[in-house]
Amino acid sequence: MTILNVLDAQGVTIRFGGLTAVSEFNLSIRPTELVGLIGPNGAGKTTVFNMLTGVYKPTEGEIRVNGVDTKSLKACDITKLGAARTFQNIRVFKTLSLLDNVRIGGHIHYKYSWADSVLHSVKFREHEEQAAQEAIELLSIFDLAHRAHDEARSLPYGDQRRLEIARALAAKPKLLLLDEPAAGLNTGETAGLMAQIHEIRDRFGIAVLIIEHNMELVMGICERILVLNYGKTIAQGHPEAIQNDPVVIEAYLGEPADA
Amino acid sequence: MRNWLVRDVLGITVISAILIGLSYLLGWLPIPGMAYYNRVIVTIGINIILAVSLNIINGHAGQFSMGHAGFMAVGAYTSAYLTYFHFQPFLATMKEGPAQFAMQQVLFLAALLAGGGIAALAGWLVGLPSLRLRGDYLAIVTLGFGEIIRVLILNIDKIGGARGLAGVPAFANFFWVYLFVCIVVIVSWRLIRSQVGRAFLAVREDEIAAEAMGVNTTHYKVQAFVIGSFFAGIAGGLLGHYLVYLNPGMFQFTKSFEAIVMVVLGGMGSISGAVLAAVILSVALEALRFVKEAFGLTADPRMVIYAIVLILLMRLRPQGVLGNREIGSFFRRRNGRSE
Repeated sequence: MTILNVLDAQGVTIRFGGLTAVSEFNLSIRPTELVGLIGPNGAGKTTVFNMLTGVYKPTEGEIRVNGVDTKSLKACDITKLGAARTFQNIRVFKTLSLLDNVRIGGHIHYKYSWADSVLHSVKFREHEEQAAQEAIELLSIFDLAHRAHDEARSLPYGDQRRLEIARALAAKPKLLLLDEPAAGLNTGETAGLMAQIHEIRDRFGIAVLIIEHNMELVMGICERILVLNYGKTIAQGHPEAIQNDPVVIEAYLGEPADA
Repeated sequence: MRNWLVRDVLGITVISAILIGLSYLLGWLPIPGMAYYNRVIVTIGINIILAVSLNIINGHAGQFSMGHAGFMAVGAYTSAYLTYFHFQPFLATMKEGPAQFAMQQVLFLAALLAGGGIAALAGWLVGLPSLRLRGDYLAIVTLGFGEIIRVLILNIDKIGGARGLAGVPAFANFFWVYLFVCIVVIVSWRLIRSQVGRAFLAVREDEIAAEAMGVNTTHYKVQAFVIGSFFAGIAGGLLGHYLVYLNPGMFQFTKSFEAIVMVVLGGMGSISGAVLAAVILSVALEALRFVKEAFGLTADPRMVIYAIVLILLMRLRPQGVLGNREIGSFFRRRNGRSE
């Protein structure tokens, strides 16, 4: 019996006009795997994320989330399949409270209609109770529970990033996609984040795909790393193997002068 | 477990009883010119319904609609059509007395709900294609649709066309207007404190993030639009049955702007702000009527002063009177609690 991969991307290619931003991208992620996606600026990492989460439609290739082909699905439907993400340039709901941010994250799990809301039906109460409780639990994991009623924009940058992760986790995903979670964080915060990503993976039993420029973080926690350059996958494997791969070194540092 | 239903029915009954009491009080008050004040109070109520319903679309869901008067017109004409052509003749066949009175109230409520329903349907039809657009484009398209609705009515001879529809039965009064004021405020309040309302807010704040969290943005935009249009239709129905006259000219885009001004002035997204602004603006427009007489002017400076007040308010407090907060939050903060 085979375990269903949380993500299967086969031959995914996207072209914007004449530009091939990502070509022949292949990636399979098993449950609870920690995978890193790295590459120089403009390599197409975020484009890959946007395709996986349905923001862009690939020109060619097939993406399956939890075994379901996402070709004809909207971004919100892909979230329902169990893939939740954060954004490179933080997109928390700024003027809403932390609590509301996380409750919106769990949107797909609290199902009641506008009529339930207006009449305050039993269904509404049960779901609301559950939503508030789950949101507070998630905020506690990130030490944000004491600020649950503050506006998200009042948080410092690092906390906004953590709030975004909490919001994504509220969707109870099987695959968490983090787009540069350590961007703008200082060394101490980054170390804390590394521990937290590990903890999240173990606690929720989910797979995590991370885009990151911070090599310390990627090499420290990822079990497998994929390197993109100019839209092509140039290397894939264990962190140590990637660190010593001449192709990767060349992509980051340029060709050796004596070559 | 139907406790919640019992509680709501009880709540509506209590509100109704209070409103009936108030309307008798207003009728009894020995103030000279009370009829005029009554009229102002009812106008304020209708404006509150308009502002709070538009706030659901513009303030909560963040979709800038400029066609609110169009949906108001749909509701006004639908309910007036029903009462004028069907319910009024039917009531005339009944013997005068409590039974006729009760029947009139029931039929009026039915007509209002039908008006709201058809307005909601119109909102759905207009919203489905136009809510794919954003910002300025959406504003222009909704403005266009609002005008289309008005011109359509202008050309339907059966309901009066450009002559207007005179003799709409005078069913609306203080009680009905303020009953719906209470309903629209409660509905809006409860919506915004639910996942549905939070989905509206998420769409307003960041559509891409909302979509990434599994919120079907199109669905919720249309839903906000339909709910807002429903209450605009109700407001229209109340207006027609209070003025006992309808004319397409009453629903020009300037009417939509009036509602937008109220929402913006109160603070986008604030329900109490919308109520407050509706009251302030309606009262200001009436109060300014006396300026001409008081200063012995030959021309009426009412609208000029009104415009200056608006400009000053937007200059001094661009986020609106209450910002995006509710009036209660100002008191809570003073007590040291944050919410």
